[in-house]
Amino acid sequence: MIEQPEPKTDVLAKRDAIVAGLRHLLPASGVIAEPLRLKPYETDGLSAYRQVPLAVVLPETTEQVAAVMAFCHAQGVRVVPRGAGTSLSGGALPMADAVVLGLMRMNRILDIDYADRCAVVQAGVTNIGITQAVAQRQFFYAPDPSSQLACMIGGNVNMNSGGAHCLRYGVTANNLLGLKIVTVEGEILDIGGAYLDAAGYDWLGLLTGSEGQLAIVTEVTVRILRSPEGARAMLAAFTSNEIAGACVDSIIASGIIPVALEFMDRPAIHACEAFAHAGYPLDAEAMLIIEVEGSTAEQDDLLARIRDICAQHAPISLEVAKTAEQSLAIWKGRKGAFGAVGRISPDYLCMDGTIPTSQLPAVLRRIGEMSASYGLQVANIFHAGDGNLHPLIMFDANSAESFHKAEAFGADILRLCVEVGGCLTGEHGVGVEKRDLMGVQFTEIELDQQRRVKSAFDPGWLLNANKVFPLTAALRA
Amino acid sequence: MMPVDEAGVVAAIQAATTPLRILGAGSKLPMLRPVQAPASLSTAGLTGITFYAPKELVLSARAGTPVADLVAATAAEGQHLIAEPPDWRRLLGTDAAGTLGGAVATNLSGPRRVAWGAMRDHVLGVRAVNGSGEVIRSGGRVLKNVTGLDLCKLLSGSHGTLAVMTEITLKVLPAPERRATLVLKGLAPVEAVAALAAALGSPYAVSAAAYLPATEAARIPALAWLGESVTLARLEDFAPSVAYRSDRLRADLASFGSAEMLDDAASLAAWADIGDVVPLIGQGDALWRVSVRPSLGPAVLAAAQAAFPAQAFLDWGGGLVWIAGPATVAAHDAVAAAATAAGGVWTLMRAPEALRAAVAVVPPEPAALARIGRQVKAAFDPRGLLNPGRIVAGV
Ligand SMILES: Cc1cc2nc3c(=O)[nH]c(=O)nc-3n(C[C@H](O)[C@H](O)[C@H](O)COP(=O)(O)OP(=O)(O)OC[C@H]3O[C@@H](n4cnc5c(N)ncnc54)[C@H](O)[C@@H]3O)c2cc1C
Repeated sequence: MIEQPEPKTDVLAKRDAIVAGLRHLLPASGVIAEPLRLKPYETDGLSAYRQVPLAVVLPETTEQVAAVMAFCHAQGVRVVPRGAGTSLSGGALPMADAVVLGLMRMNRILDIDYADRCAVVQAGVTNIGITQAVAQRQFFYAPDPSSQLACMIGGNVNMNSGGAHCLRYGVTANNLLGLKIVTVEGEILDIGGAYLDAAGYDWLGLLTGSEGQLAIVTEVTVRILRSPEGARAMLAAFTSNEIAGACVDSIIASGIIPVALEFMDRPAIHACEAFAHAGYPLDAEAMLIIEVEGSTAEQDDLLARIRDICAQHAPISLEVAKTAEQSLAIWKGRKGAFGAVGRISPDYLCMDGTIPTSQLPAVLRRIGEMSASYGLQVANIFHAGDGNLHPLIMFDANSAESFHKAEAFGADILRLCVEVGGCLTGEHGVGVEKRDLMGVQFTEIELDQQRRVKSAFDPGWLLNANKVFPLTAALRA
Repeated sequence: MMPVDEAGVVAAIQAATTPLRILGAGSKLPMLRPVQAPASLSTAGLTGITFYAPKELVLSARAGTPVADLVAATAAEGQHLIAEPPDWRRLLGTDAAGTLGGAVATNLSGPRRVAWGAMRDHVLGVRAVNGSGEVIRSGGRVLKNVTGLDLCKLLSGSHGTLAVMTEITLKVLPAPERRATLVLKGLAPVEAVAALAAALGSPYAVSAAAYLPATEAARIPALAWLGESVTLARLEDFAPSVAYRSDRLRADLASFGSAEMLDDAASLAAWADIGDVVPLIGQGDALWRVSVRPSLGPAVLAAAQAAFPAQAFLDWGGGLVWIAGPATVAAHDAVAAAATAAGGVWTLMRAPEALRAAVAVVPPEPAALARIGRQVKAAFDPRGLLNPGRIVAGV
């Protein structure tokens, strides 16, 4: 279990008074303090780590959030913000002396403006909920994490989440216009709005990806985009990771930026095929799924160009979807990848480093060697266009030794990512999982600079203080 | 002072005991508030591309590298700077060629911003020296990175008040094979913005959208022949796509009138001039940039024109209003009031020092945010050395 900040004994001692105080601020159903009902909040998408919180609050309005924050601030109580709890880095892991502030009841879409191409939604609206609300007018919200059915826009903002299509449309940060936030003191502030590029400091950019360290997000103004006329995928399989990597380079060098460019290695292909029966080539070492957009004729043109490029890399299989249904079939295996790996091994760690794309073959070779030496299987899924690598490390959760090995293996992979010029996390965030690896990527001076920025928002370190930054002596004491 | 490497920047800041005016080549000095400082620290001596991997869409350069050098280097590989950073030398009346550091520190973007993001959206990594003389890095040289707080975005647009950037890594993209621009003639601003909303809301990936009244359009050579107000929507893509999308867009916008098309060369010329704000060069003594909800751009335009003899046009689908007028507090207040009424923000881009020192050059922040802002400033620059008062008096 990861080290937690020392619980504040005074807070634990006045637990009943804190709960009573919170009950004054919220409707009866909005405060949870019974041990059994706290249990569902003890973990998130990284279920290896668990901690039951002091209490959970589920406010319904920004004003209620502000009242809770002002109260917790006055009482010196730590707060852990939570969306849907799908974080894969333990970003929403509670602390024993903390109030979990869940945004899920703030799930209304407040405004949709097609002419100005934006929507205002509360933090607890799901990612897919935004696209569904605007789909009848052929609009969509671009960032599409695989967890989009469950994860919430407030969580997406705080993790700066990506998705399969961010090569073309960018990550969350590139698709936001404004936020409504509540400060740790309980003040309500509007950041940005339905316009581009606020004057003054880029608070919007700083808050995005801040992992609940700086403020509570209660409303988000997102950009919505008109959907393309259509999209279609193709599949290309190769005899080595090197060749597939070279093919990716050639596609980018040709001036084509596909909307999606996904890479799977041999273990990932096999896992997905066994699960989804998508017809993936089992004799391949590496496979690419490439998607393009536009009218049918434009798709044909782009797919033909990409096909020609792939053909120069001695593919063992090349399949261009002719219809939307064939496209779905190509995607079916990839979209089910997590479930597929889950079938081989119910327990796996999903890592999330980024590497320079040119380093892919070398990195996969090293990961293969580590897999052999740790005795743990790994399947690699890679957003090839942007270098975001997701090794899925399979382990046995019933064995503490197996879990520790998996953690050590994961840490070695992330160190490798940094060593080759990449970073610890491309989209899942630091959370608790990578907190103690931050020193691999940053100097102590750089970490202190970031800590001082957090302190500027949260001088008492009440917000999500067990995450992102290696614990300081002050938090340990 | 003009150090030639990062160590020189560190030494200069460590040795400083009084405030420093931070600049690149100085091309943006006429913007915002004048900085009162006994000495200047320029990054113009830190030049050169340090890394460029076209296949990875990543380019790094020292902060003092002229933007023009980056434009040339990327063009040689068939790529471009995504946010289309403009060249405002003539607009701001300076000879200094803008540097990468200056373009990022001011977060200035051209017409493509409306579709493809601002300068800050493509900053992947920075190296910088804070006000204590410490070297800090944020981000890196990969396209996707959420490790730690995003100081790249915070430093972008911070106008040299938090840290001195020494090296910047940008995402770049393949340049389009072909450009074309659809032109609707003679529309009034409200109609024009409705047409631009339809264009930007079409599935054809319109990459720029502007409206110029007849007088302003006449100052752009590639548009002058049209003789009327112009409403412009640009397409950039492979040639077959541009041909197909031009036809579809023309059909979709038929209710706004019959459209002319500008070819590749005319599109290049027209949009370069729009980005460089050519229609307002030499017009008025003061220049404002207002960012609003696009549908309210025409209201801001009308309010400014009602208050003083304004020269103005709209970019970013109506959301960016450029206004030139007299350098008076009354005119400034009128622009600020119009921007505020529309729920937007203003920046005083150019004016004589007296006006820049006398008014809020950007909207004042609410008290709680201003407090956080001062604390963030202190978190980077506890001695208050770097560009004090550049954005807000006293900070
Ligand atoms: C199967 C699966 C697939 C996934 N696929 C992807 C993917 O493709 N791309 C990707 O980027 N991620 C992916 N994720 C990770 C996860 O879904 C994202 O990080 C998501 O954005 C988290 O949203 P959430 O609502 O669940 O937030 P939570 O997990 O509840 O919280 C995430 C973090 O944000 C903070 N937070 C949440 N809401 C707020 C708020 N309103 N104000 C302040 N702080 C807040 C929390 O404290 C925490 O630190 C996946 C996860 C799973 C389980």
